[in-house]
Amino acid sequence: MLIKQLSVFVENKKGRLSAILNILRDNKIDIRALSVADTRDFGILRLIVDDPEKAYEELHKAACLVNLTSVIAVGITDRPGGLADAMDCLSAEGISVEYMYAFISKTDDCASVILRVPDKDNEKAVDVLSKDFKILSSNEII
Amino acid sequence: MKKYWNESRECATLHEMRALQSFRLSQTVRHVYQNVPYYKAKMDELGVTPDDIKGVDDLSKLPFMYKQDLRDTYPYGLFAKPLDEVVRIHASSGTTGKQIVVGYTRKDLEIWDECAARALTAAGGDHTDFMHVSYGYGLFTGGLGVHGGAEKIGMTVIPVSTGNTQRQINIIKDFGSTLICCTPSYAMYIAETMQEMGIKKEDIKLKAGLFGAEPWTQEMREKLEDMLGLKAYDIYGLTEIIGPGVSFECEEQTGMHICEDHFIPEIIDPDTGEVLPEGEQGELVFSCITKEAFPLLRYRTRDIAVLSRKQCSCGRTLIKMLKPRGRTDDMLIIRGVNVFPSQIEAVLLSMGNSDPFYQIIVDRVNNTDTLEIKVELSDNMFSDIIRSVEDIENNIKSAIESTLGISAKITLVEPKTLTRFEGKAARVTDKRKLLD
Repeated sequence: MLIKQLSVFVENKKGRLSAILNILRDNKIDIRALSVADTRDFGILRLIVDDPEKAYEELHKAACLVNLTSVIAVGITDRPGGLADAMDCLSAEGISVEYMYAFISKTDDCASVILRVPDKDNEKAVDVLSKDFKILSSNEII
Repeated sequence: MKKYWNESRECATLHEMRALQSFRLSQTVRHVYQNVPYYKAKMDELGVTPDDIKGVDDLSKLPFMYKQDLRDTYPYGLFAKPLDEVVRIHASSGTTGKQIVVGYTRKDLEIWDECAARALTAAGGDHTDFMHVSYGYGLFTGGLGVHGGAEKIGMTVIPVSTGNTQRQINIIKDFGSTLICCTPSYAMYIAETMQEMGIKKEDIKLKAGLFGAEPWTQEMREKLEDMLGLKAYDIYGLTEIIGPGVSFECEEQTGMHICEDHFIPEIIDPDTGEVLPEGEQGELVFSCITKEAFPLLRYRTRDIAVLSRKQCSCGRTLIKMLKPRGRTDDMLIIRGVNVFPSQIEAVLLSMGNSDPFYQIIVDRVNNTDTLEIKVELSDNMFSDIIRSVEDIENNIKSAIESTLGISAKITLVEPKTLTRFEGKAARVTDKRKLLD
């Protein structure tokens, strides 16, 4: 079970990030999780939103450079070593992680982790993780 | 110390010069007509034969040659001598990866050495000098051109070539270099690095510098003279004609004397091709009248200049050209390297960017030219993974570097953010102040 993540190219210049976020606000799109990866000259804003298709369309219309990527959302119990266990599962299978970010779920004591693995490994990663962890659907990320 | 390298030529009367030019021109036209079918066809098309060219007054009857002609005949199509008589090849960058190739016979090299020797002598050099050559050696004509002239004079030549500035400075100091040649921007860099190293101008022996291959200002001249404790001379040349030494400055520093007994200059209206009277600004055109292997006739340099026969206090009668005031095409000279925007476009196209939007920004920071290329990312280039986007940036950067031979800063920007132009895109922003 994979969920859709939006990635938006953000030039390092004043007001760019707020311009992009304003497009989402104007279209009543709710952000559930985000991370920003930055380099000296540009950043990539990664977003999990309530309506990724609509967000994609609106951003695209506004001439933003945006794409939709499949990522894995995993619920990890909030205890020492929880994330390490999940990573062990992946590394045992030789699956590498391109990037990840976490946020705290409002409803239970789980942390939610968004994982990006190489596209070819998506299925296998979901398989091995689902043995011990809860794979979250987009509805479950609140 | 010799004041002139070749007094009888450099100080000839106008009458003597025109007689010599007329004789050499008619001979060269005959030589080219007989040996270069490409140019013969051009002459035939205009109905001009070698018999019609009796002297310099007939020069304007001849057809022009353009850079495109050199590309169309790549590599050897314009050579007027069999290749076994060619002893050297040089080349300069072309716009689409195709280079401009020129050849020299032994006699051509002697002519080149002669012209470079005149330039070095005019800068106060003689056989006792230590000539520090910081122009690049290789297919670029700068290094070997000045090298040959300096050897002809009997100078002690130090062929350092470009790069490793601290080492260059140590050599200038330890070997006792008295003359230096390089691009003016590199000279500036040397001067600044010297300051950083704590070496004063009193610690070195440089007395004169010949700086060329790119435009520079009077302000830069004063700075260089002050920082390096030398007198700074301009030197002009282009690969197609021969290389550095086509024209050079004397102590008056008010323009460059053209070796017109080898290269006849004309100033023309770039739009109509009409020859303009002395003193008017227009496109500079050269005809080689002594070269054997690659004698271009009426070659359009695209440089905008003015010619002057005003008497010079140095005693030379060779006609002077004032510093080029720009170009008629979109060629940029960046760190001494010729760059055409179309080369950059070709690189972007070759990287799968089917409709590249880009902007070229040239600036001069701390007296060194900088080249920045802003490229709009397209949908198919973008990825959510930083590394992939950085790879695109790096691939463009290295492709640009290997095509142009100079480094560039690549900045990826969002789509539709660069200014759109109607018709011919003005994709170049040149922030350098190269003219006074």
